[in-house]
Amino acid sequence: MTMLLPAVVTATGLHAATDVVPASEVVPGPFLAAPFLVLLPLLGAAVLLLAGRRSDRWGAWFGVATSAAAFVVGAVVFVAMLGLPADERVVDYRLFDWIVSGGLDLAVGLRVDPLSMTFVLLVTFVGTLIHVYAVAYMAHDRDRRRFFAYLNLFVAAMLILVLADSYLLLFVGWEGVGLASYLLIGFWNHNRAYAVAAKKAFVMNRVGDIGLIVALMLLFATFGALDFTTVFAAVPEASTALLTATGLALLVAACGKSAQFPLQAWLGDAMAGPTPVSALIHAATMVTAGVYLVVRSAPIFEGAPTAQLVVVIVGAVTLLFGAIVGCAKDDIKKALAASTMSQIGYMILAAGLGPIGYAFAIFHLVTHGFFKAGMFLGAGSVMHGMDDGVDMRRFGGLARYMKVTWITFMAGWLAILGIPPFSGFWSKDKIIEAAFVPVDGQAWRAWVFGGVALLGAGITAFYMSRLFFMTFSGRRRWNDGSGSADGLGPQDGPVQHPHESPRLMTWPMIVLAVGSVALGGILAAGSRFVTWLEPVTGHAEHHEPVLPVWSLIALTLLLVLAGAALAWRQYAMSSVPVRAPRGSVLTRAARRDLYQDDVNEAVFMRPGQYLTRSLVYADKEMVDGGWMGLAGLVGRVGEWLRGWQNGYVRSYGATMLGGLVVVVAVVLALTTGTAS
Amino acid sequence: MELTHYVVLAAILFSIGAATVLLRRNAIIVFMGVELMLNATNLAFVTFARMHGDVTGQVLAFFVMVVAAAEVVVGLAIIVSIFRTRRSASVDDVNLLKS
Repeated sequence: MTMLLPAVVTATGLHAATDVVPASEVVPGPFLAAPFLVLLPLLGAAVLLLAGRRSDRWGAWFGVATSAAAFVVGAVVFVAMLGLPADERVVDYRLFDWIVSGGLDLAVGLRVDPLSMTFVLLVTFVGTLIHVYAVAYMAHDRDRRRFFAYLNLFVAAMLILVLADSYLLLFVGWEGVGLASYLLIGFWNHNRAYAVAAKKAFVMNRVGDIGLIVALMLLFATFGALDFTTVFAAVPEASTALLTATGLALLVAACGKSAQFPLQAWLGDAMAGPTPVSALIHAATMVTAGVYLVVRSAPIFEGAPTAQLVVVIVGAVTLLFGAIVGCAKDDIKKALAASTMSQIGYMILAAGLGPIGYAFAIFHLVTHGFFKAGMFLGAGSVMHGMDDGVDMRRFGGLARYMKVTWITFMAGWLAILGIPPFSGFWSKDKIIEAAFVPVDGQAWRAWVFGGVALLGAGITAFYMSRLFFMTFSGRRRWNDGSGSADGLGPQDGPVQHPHESPRLMTWPMIVLAVGSVALGGILAAGSRFVTWLEPVTGHAEHHEPVLPVWSLIALTLLLVLAGAALAWRQYAMSSVPVRAPRGSVLTRAARRDLYQDDVNEAVFMRPGQYLTRSLVYADKEMVDGGWMGLAGLVGRVGEWLRGWQNGYVRSYGATMLGGLVVVVAVVLALTTGTAS
Repeated sequence: MELTHYVVLAAILFSIGAATVLLRRNAIIVFMGVELMLNATNLAFVTFARMHGDVTGQVLAFFVMVVAAAEVVVGLAIIVSIFRTRRSASVDDVNLLKS
């Protein structure tokens, strides 16, 4: 069944309760610069990879320059977009024909709209800051140039992903960021564990990619096109069953890329990559691609309430899952990774709520991009000062030694806690509020998902405070090499001389910290951000949550303060054991990622390995065995026949004579037989 | 004298020639065996021609003689050249063509 509808469909036909702006055909002037957003970082990656060691000296700064140039282009396009009225801000910029064959007509084009521009600014701005940070962080690495090439490649791929005007081009970017993520997780691939972590991330991402491919095939088989305009225009005509299937397939893709349950196991191991990578790819940008996909595919999900419910459930489960895991991790980066997982759970939950949630999902994504990247850079700075140590049980009392890191980290910490007026408050609180709004008059959903989001906020406060206090407060638990003069702190383990990081590292942290403090308030004032996104997400009617808004805010703050106080009492006021205590059943489970790896290994990996091994065995023994046996038989027959070929003329002659006699005998027997 | 006797004689001569070819090692003798077989065949041809009153057999006998003469020339030349290189006229020594 193929339905090719004309691209021009009135906006009201798209959404039931919203008014989305259709893409305009005319490309306004400054938007012509949009392709350079992708081309500049791509050029950087190409130059750095092709020039090889020759570019070692200037490679790092070249990478910074291309990323910064992309940001400048993004800012120009952004300003140009602000100058346009809201209903002209969605532009499809068709670049060139890609695959044209019979009924197949796929073009490469960019969709420049408020949603993609939000991502462009986030990716290029945070990306550039992290590039600068990495110049210092990777200063002593031989392969620093290669690192920047991969970072540029990542930025280019991420921009393709968010700027694509069709699912197919989005898929190109999707695979590109997956590749960059793989290359960067395994950047120190001489360490076997890191290489394995990279492979794990790659394989689990492949599972998600299958979901995206299935969705692509479903869409193409139904609508005969993959560009957003055609597909979304045709969606109201499609059956609910098809939309549900497509929505679920897209959700699988989002789960893989965004580390959502049940495909979340790779994110913790992905921390094997250098810390700037964790900050850029595995906190601020790439892992939020799943949220982008769900929000971008809003018309599909709105036609499939079941798929939407599943999205919300996945978000809620991951939110709690990540939060629980985060409470038990002693590795500072892994605790942050668990927190990322949990925060993206919030975004996915919001994206599944429908039009009331889209803008808040993206809003939280932006604020999270700032404060989480800031905290990751802070963690990198701590590691830099502590000889790459990541065990928080060996930190403690570092606030005195690294003031800038401490204060910038505190900004991120207060932001993720959702303390007003830090930016996390404005976004997370809105998500909790939206979760408490009953969907289709079903009050149970409001209570369940709202309750989960509320509980998650409390747990988040606990584990993030635990992380913060274990690292910066309390007594030192590292060896300062002073002997036992002060009688404080352990005197075993490697001697540490904690120190503040160089300016190149602290400046990006300061900028991100300023964003963590102020960005939320600025964007939330007068619903500025929500209005900005309206051409894409549509205008959402205001709905009343099941509890009054002021009580929700009060309840959230109460839970957050309780969580933070608990962490203060346990990790700042009392002494933290250097060796992890055995802990309760839940703690031990959380330390092992709630046995997700064990489940994956038992359910998928081992049966998979048995399957492949038995297939290899069958191939070797039966298929190969059969053909090898046949070959052996032919060989043996030949060997036997060769014995006849003895080179003696006389024996050949005897054979000929014998054959002749036999032939004559047979002929005689036959002729006499017929004659008689 | 019955014409059948000639056929029997041809068979006997052919058998002697074949036995010579198969049993003797000396290339010259083997050659003579071959000649004997050819001539036995000629005898059979001529006899059958006579039996059926048809000259085709006699014509064929001439052909065989011509071919045999040519064959003798080529064969002897080969034997001589083999004898020159290998100092032997035994057919069992000439077994280089086996694998």
